[in-house]
Amino acid sequence: MFASKRLSKELTKLQDKLPPGIALVKADDFREWLMDIQVMDENPIYQGQTYRLKFTFSQSYPIEAPEVVFVRDESHPIPMHPHIYSNGIICLDLLDRQGWSPVHNVESVCVSLQSMLTSNTKNERPPGDDSFVRHNTQRPRDINFVFHDNAV
Amino acid sequence: MDSDNDFNSSQASGDDFLDDQDSDLGLEDDSDFDMDQDDVGFESQDKDMGPRKQAYEVDYKVFDPQQIQASQDNQIDEVSSILGQPPEATAILLRHLRWNKERLIDRYMDNQEEVLENAGLGETAATNPPKIAKVAGFVCDICCEDDANLETFAMKCGHRFCVDCYRQYLYTKIKEEGEAARIRCPGDGCNRIVDSKSLDLLVADELRSRYHELLTRTYVDDKDNLRWCPAPNCVYAVECGVKNKDLMQIVPTVHCECSHDFCFGCSLSDHQPAPCALVKMWLKKCEDDSETANWISANTKECPKCNSTIEKNGGCNHMTCRKCRHEFCWMCMGVWSEHGTSWYNCNRFEEKSGSEARDAQAKSRLSLERYLHYYNRYANHEQSAKLDKDIYLKTEKKMQQLQNTTGMSWIEVQYLDTASQALQQCRQTLKWTYAFAYYLARNNLTEIFEDNQKDLEMAVENLSEMFEKPVDQLQGLKVDMMDKTSYCTKRRVILLNDTAENLKQGNWEFNVKFS
Ligand SMILES: [Zn+2]
Ligand SMILES: [Zn+2]
Ligand SMILES: [Zn+2]
Ligand SMILES: [Zn+2]
Ligand SMILES: [Zn+2]
Ligand SMILES: [Zn+2]
Repeated sequence: MFASKRLSKELTKLQDKLPPGIALVKADDFREWLMDIQVMDENPIYQGQTYRLKFTFSQSYPIEAPEVVFVRDESHPIPMHPHIYSNGIICLDLLDRQGWSPVHNVESVCVSLQSMLTSNTKNERPPGDDSFVRHNTQRPRDINFVFHDNAV
Repeated sequence: MDSDNDFNSSQASGDDFLDDQDSDLGLEDDSDFDMDQDDVGFESQDKDMGPRKQAYEVDYKVFDPQQIQASQDNQIDEVSSILGQPPEATAILLRHLRWNKERLIDRYMDNQEEVLENAGLGETAATNPPKIAKVAGFVCDICCEDDANLETFAMKCGHRFCVDCYRQYLYTKIKEEGEAARIRCPGDGCNRIVDSKSLDLLVADELRSRYHELLTRTYVDDKDNLRWCPAPNCVYAVECGVKNKDLMQIVPTVHCECSHDFCFGCSLSDHQPAPCALVKMWLKKCEDDSETANWISANTKECPKCNSTIEKNGGCNHMTCRKCRHEFCWMCMGVWSEHGTSWYNCNRFEEKSGSEARDAQAKSRLSLERYLHYYNRYANHEQSAKLDKDIYLKTEKKMQQLQNTTGMSWIEVQYLDTASQALQQCRQTLKWTYAFAYYLARNNLTEIFEDNQKDLEMAVENLSEMFEKPVDQLQGLKVDMMDKTSYCTKRRVILLNDTAENLKQGNWEFNVKFS
């Protein structure tokens, strides 16, 4: 109830107008949405690619942060970034319990991720990506990431 | 035994790792900040720790909820009179600065206004208490409502939201995330803490009691020399002066009133003699290697003589095949009679000659074998401890019957309880000696350690075996069992003292680096 009221308002706005490089793909219910993002400048790491984000909302969204991951299919790879694991899990303080504010929304998360990619110059995965991807069984919200490098 | 352990009585200050904890609050660091460990304010009421403290023991005190509350109140009163603030405000200030009395007083003397302001107790808060208001043209950034009759609330930072959203936010923080003293304003990037006056205004009674409960918890959470007992539903807290930086030199096992033994350093169950960092590394390894190691902990084996399947149903390693009466050792599958005279050869992994290790494949096989050797024994004691307990519970029942039918007194059967507890404790220690040994470099000290381990292992198996005797024989074995019990305990103390002394002096040489 709490989440759906807010999400229906967000949806109206998203259907009306979105920043360049961000598109609404699927929002059939108030549990899971798909969004596409593209990097708009010339960054060679991300040129010509479209990335797909899956948002999962709990009942108490936006008090609680949504779970946001990149998803992979034939036409959507997982973007290379030192804070994005190859299974699509994102290490971003904004999406963490401590960093989240209920003032954020789907659009602002997309914009943040877009600018996180835009400003990145390292064509690499986080350290320990292999073993993290192999062993992690936790949901993103239960992982305690350490944000020592917010500049990247 | 030299019990002059400087970890135990140390009241030294000057820790700096604590400062890091505060950085997320947006407080600037005081580099000269001293964590004073003697300010807990508990009345001195030393527990009877026995006649003489052993090298592996640390000083600690257990506190019940009333005592925790009382010491909290003491400290509030004390600081209250120093600052000249009412107790209620002092409590808010202390919680705001994580119960660091000195830091609070310093800052307060430095800049009273700022300290009060940051804790939500500023001038304006006094003359202008937080209130709910309707604001023309307001749109709530959380629910996006813009109804003109919307009730809204904002703290001094000015981040205004509708009351419903604010309540929902606080409810989630308190109820689901268990936060209390440091809930931040819902505004993006705002570090303002929701003060308790604002909280009282916004939350329902039912949530308020939970909130105050959580506030009390922060007293123990924030103090480095206090820790909750990790046992489920236990309400006690333990005070101990051992600090994080000491944990490679000492294993601070404490005993809670609820009878749970745990490590003050990491809150895991008692893991002496292994230091916390080693335990962490070992558990991680076991988790990573669990697939390879799984098969070993299986509870059935074949008799080495007649191949019939034998299920281990007691804690003892001395196995007798029901079918062919062959006696063998569960751990090494060797003939038991050989163990009887030449004693245990199965606690120690014989390092293979270097020639075999030359081949890379053999090397990795060898390293797996080596790990499995230690893991097998580690897991065996864990499993045996459970089985010993089962057997004791069964025995206890029978002893009860025996008491009822023969009129034997309750006190006369207590030696069984003592024996069972000693057995559990020794198994727990033995279990961790194998993790410890796995990381030890080979040298003289390690040899001595393994001798001690061997002696303890033997004593434990001898005692464990007695539990498997038929119940009607148990009464007759009382003296023997009591002897074996005290021998076990003695061997454990010897082993723990030896490891603790050497740990304290940094004598152990490990084959890995612990971070
Ligand atoms: Zn609202
Ligand atoms: Zn604010
Ligand atoms: Zn306890
Ligand atoms: Zn520990
Ligand atoms: Zn047999
Ligand atoms: Zn053996």
